[in-house]
Amino acid sequence: MTMALDQQPKRQFKYVGTRPPRPDGIDKVTGRAQYGNDLVAPGMLWAKILRSPHAHAKIVSIDTSAAEALAGVKAVVTARDFPAIEGDAGMRDVQLNCMADTHVWYEGHAVAAVAATSDALARQAVKLIRVVYEILPHVTDVDAAMAPNAPLVREGQAMENVPAGMSANVTYTSEFGHGDLTSGFAKADLVIERVFKTAATHQGYIEPHACLASMSSDGRGELWTCTQGHFYFRTACAAILGIEASGLRVTASEIGGGFGGKTQVWAEPVALALAKKSGKPVKLTMTRDEVFRGTGPTVTTSMTCKIGMTKAGRITAGEATLRYSGGAYHTGTCDMGAMAGFAAYDLDVVRTYGWNVLTNRPKEIAYRAPGAPQAIYAVESTIDELCQKLNLDPLDVRILNAARKGTKSSYGVVFEDIGLLEALHAAKTHPHWTTPVAPGTSRGIACGFWFNFGGNTCVSLNIGTDGTVSVSEGNPDIGGSRASIALMAAEELGVPYETVRVVIADTASLGYNDNTDGSRVTFAVGLATIKAAIAAKTNMMARAAQVWGIDPEAVEWVDGAACPAGPNAGKFPPMTLAEIAANSFSTGGPIAGHCDFQADGAGVSFGVHIADVKMDMETGKTELLRYTVFQDAGKAVHPDYVEGQMQGGAVQGIGMALNEEYIYSDKGTILNAGFLDYRIPVASDLPMIEAVILEIPNPGHPYGVRGVGETPICPPLATMANAISRGIGARLYELPMSPPRVLKAIKGA
Amino acid sequence: MVKVALWGTLRQYADGLAEVEVEAATFKQLLDVLSARYPGLKPQIARGVSVAIDGRVYREAWFTPIKPGSQVVLMPYMVGG
Repeated sequence: MTMALDQQPKRQFKYVGTRPPRPDGIDKVTGRAQYGNDLVAPGMLWAKILRSPHAHAKIVSIDTSAAEALAGVKAVVTARDFPAIEGDAGMRDVQLNCMADTHVWYEGHAVAAVAATSDALARQAVKLIRVVYEILPHVTDVDAAMAPNAPLVREGQAMENVPAGMSANVTYTSEFGHGDLTSGFAKADLVIERVFKTAATHQGYIEPHACLASMSSDGRGELWTCTQGHFYFRTACAAILGIEASGLRVTASEIGGGFGGKTQVWAEPVALALAKKSGKPVKLTMTRDEVFRGTGPTVTTSMTCKIGMTKAGRITAGEATLRYSGGAYHTGTCDMGAMAGFAAYDLDVVRTYGWNVLTNRPKEIAYRAPGAPQAIYAVESTIDELCQKLNLDPLDVRILNAARKGTKSSYGVVFEDIGLLEALHAAKTHPHWTTPVAPGTSRGIACGFWFNFGGNTCVSLNIGTDGTVSVSEGNPDIGGSRASIALMAAEELGVPYETVRVVIADTASLGYNDNTDGSRVTFAVGLATIKAAIAAKTNMMARAAQVWGIDPEAVEWVDGAACPAGPNAGKFPPMTLAEIAANSFSTGGPIAGHCDFQADGAGVSFGVHIADVKMDMETGKTELLRYTVFQDAGKAVHPDYVEGQMQGGAVQGIGMALNEEYIYSDKGTILNAGFLDYRIPVASDLPMIEAVILEIPNPGHPYGVRGVGETPICPPLATMANAISRGIGARLYELPMSPPRVLKAIKGA
Repeated sequence: MVKVALWGTLRQYADGLAEVEVEAATFKQLLDVLSARYPGLKPQIARGVSVAIDGRVYREAWFTPIKPGSQVVLMPYMVGG
C-alpha cells in the first residue's frame, strides 16, 4: 500500500540534516574495507583478457592451442564459450562487447581470455594466442561516420525511425519540443547558430574493474565484484552465460568510484566463464590501460545550436541538433541530451533533435547525467554568446528565462516545485557574483539540469532485541548513502544515528534493486527505508497497545517511543523502542519492516555554477581561481555528502571542459590510455569549490529529498567556456579547451 | 479520456498528431491502447517508455493511475549514471 507520504505536514528534523561521521569511514581509512581487488579465494586462478589491437577487423581465426599447452594455464575462453543470446538485441550487444564474436569493433575489444595459476602466467599465455584479423576501414569521428560512404561499422543496426538515405551508421533519431520555430526566430532581435564538438571522456574512477568469480560443478555461481548494481550484474551475467539468475549470487564489494561506468558488465561474464571452464575461482582485475580501452567512456558529440533572443534578453526560440556516438553500439543517450539541453528555460518555442551514430570506439556507458552535459554546454554557450553580443547580464538573462513551477519543459513535462530561480537568485546575491571581476581575470556562469529518477527498490529493516537497528538495502554505497539511509531510519524511528547499521545485501538476500545511478539512492532507498521504518513502528505500537490493553489506534510514536495518543487512551509511561524490542520474543516474535516498491516522484534538479579564471595568454593554460556551485537538493540529508557530490560533479565537468579527451591515432587506436596523458583535474589544479545548498522540498518525498549526484556535472562545461571566452576575447566551440586549442583561439582572435 | 503528448519522433506513427486522446485509467492501459491504435509505436514501447503524469515522472510502473483530465506526457525510458 502506497502511503501519501508527500501529504504529511513538514517536520522539524532531529537527525536528517546533521553531519555525523560516515559508518564506513574507519574501514576505508585503515585499509580494512574490501574492494574488488582485495577479494581472494583458496585455489584462485588469475585471469587476463586478450584485446584487439585494431579499431575494426574481421576475426578470421583464433588459435588458443599454444596458450592451452602452457603449464599452469587452466582455461581459455573465446566467444565460442558463450551461448549466443537470442531475442534481446540489447543484451546480445552487451555479450558481444564482453567477448567479440566475428568482428572487433574497436581497439581494446576482448577476443579471448585465459585463467592461469599466476598473474604472470596469465599474461604470458594471452601472448601465445594467435588471432588472424582481416583489417577493415574504421571511423572514430561522429561527423565522418554520418557522411555518405563512411566506413560501415555494423550492418543492419538502424531502428525504424531513421529516415531512408542516411549513413548506415545512423541507428536512431529522436525529436522533442513544442512551438513554431519560424515564428519564434522571427520574434528575435538576434539569432545565432553555432556548431560544437565534445570529446569522449572517461569516468576516471580510481578503482579499476575487479571481480572474483566461482562456479561449482552443479552450475551455481558466486560473483564478488566492484559494481554500481549487483542485481543488474546478476541479470546480465546469467543471460550472457545462459544460466538462471537464481543460480548466481552476486555480492558487491566496496567501490572506488563509478559515476555510471560500473553500471554495466565488462569483465564479470568472462571471469565466470573461465571459472566454469576451469572449475576454480577466478580473479580478474583490469589494468588502467584496459579500463580506458575496454570500458565505456561518454559519447563523443557534434552539435548544432541555434537560439533567438530579444534585445531585452528574452529567448524567443531554441533549436539544437545533437549528433552523439556511443561507439559501435546503440545508445539512447541522445534522448537524454535532447530532453535536457533546454530544460532550464521557460520557452514558447523549442525543438531538439537527437541522432545516434556508430563509430569504432569503445561502448559508451553512462557517465553522470549521461548525454546532458554536452547538450547543456551547447545551449549555455550559445546563450552566453547572445548575452555578449547584446550586451546583457548573463545572470539576469537566465533569471528572465528560467523555468519555474508550471513551466512546460522542453521535453513536454510541466514542472512541479523546482529550485532554479532560487539558485539563480542565490548566485546573484552571493559574494562570488557581487565581487567585481578582478583585472586580468574573467567570469563565467551557466545553468544545469538533470531529471533524477527512483526505480525498483527493496529494503528490510530489522529491530534487534537490544534496541539497535539494521537496514538491509541493495545499492552499493558510492557517495555516502549508508550514512544518509541511517540518518533517515534514525529520524523516522527516533533513535540515535549510531544505533543504526546499514548493510548492502547480496542478490540472494533481498529483492531486486536498480543500479546505484540516476541520482536515485538517497531518494528511492531513503523512501523505502522510511516506509520500512513506518511498518516497524506500526508493529511496535501494536505491541505496546497489547501490553497496555488499549487499541493500537490509541498509540502514537513520539521521539523513539510508543505513547498513548491523548488523554482518553489511558495514562501509561512511554515505551521505548529498546523496551519493546527487549520483550519482542514474548510479544509476537522478531520485529521488522519491509518495503519493496517502484519509487517514483523523484524531483528534477537544477544547478547554477560560477567560475573565475585567469588565462595565460602565452601558453593558453587556464587557471581556475574561484568556483561556486548553487544547487537545489530538496533536503540535504547529510550535507557533507551533498556538498561532496556538488564539488565532485563540478570537478569532473571542469575536467571535461579543460583537458579530458580520448585522443586517437589515424589507425583508430587510443594514444592516451593512462592518467599521465589523459589529464583529469587533481587537487593542485583547483581552488576549494564552494557548495551552496538550496532546499526547495521535492513534493514527491516526505522529507523533500531530491537526487543531487548528476546535476553538478552539467553546468561546468559552459561555465568554463563562458569564462574563457570572456578572458581571451574569443570563443572556443570544441572541448576540451586544452592549452593548444586556447592558444590557437587567442592567435586567431 | 486523457490527452497524451507524444514526443516528436513518435508523431509519424500517430497520424502526425502531437497529442492523442485515449481511454486509459493506468499507464499499462495507456500503452496497450497506443500499441493497438498505432502499431508503429510498438518498437519504441518495447524498447521502453516512461510517462509523466501531472508533472511527475513514472519510469515504468504499469498500474500508476491516470485521472481523467491529467496531463500525460510520454517519454523515453529514463537512464542515469
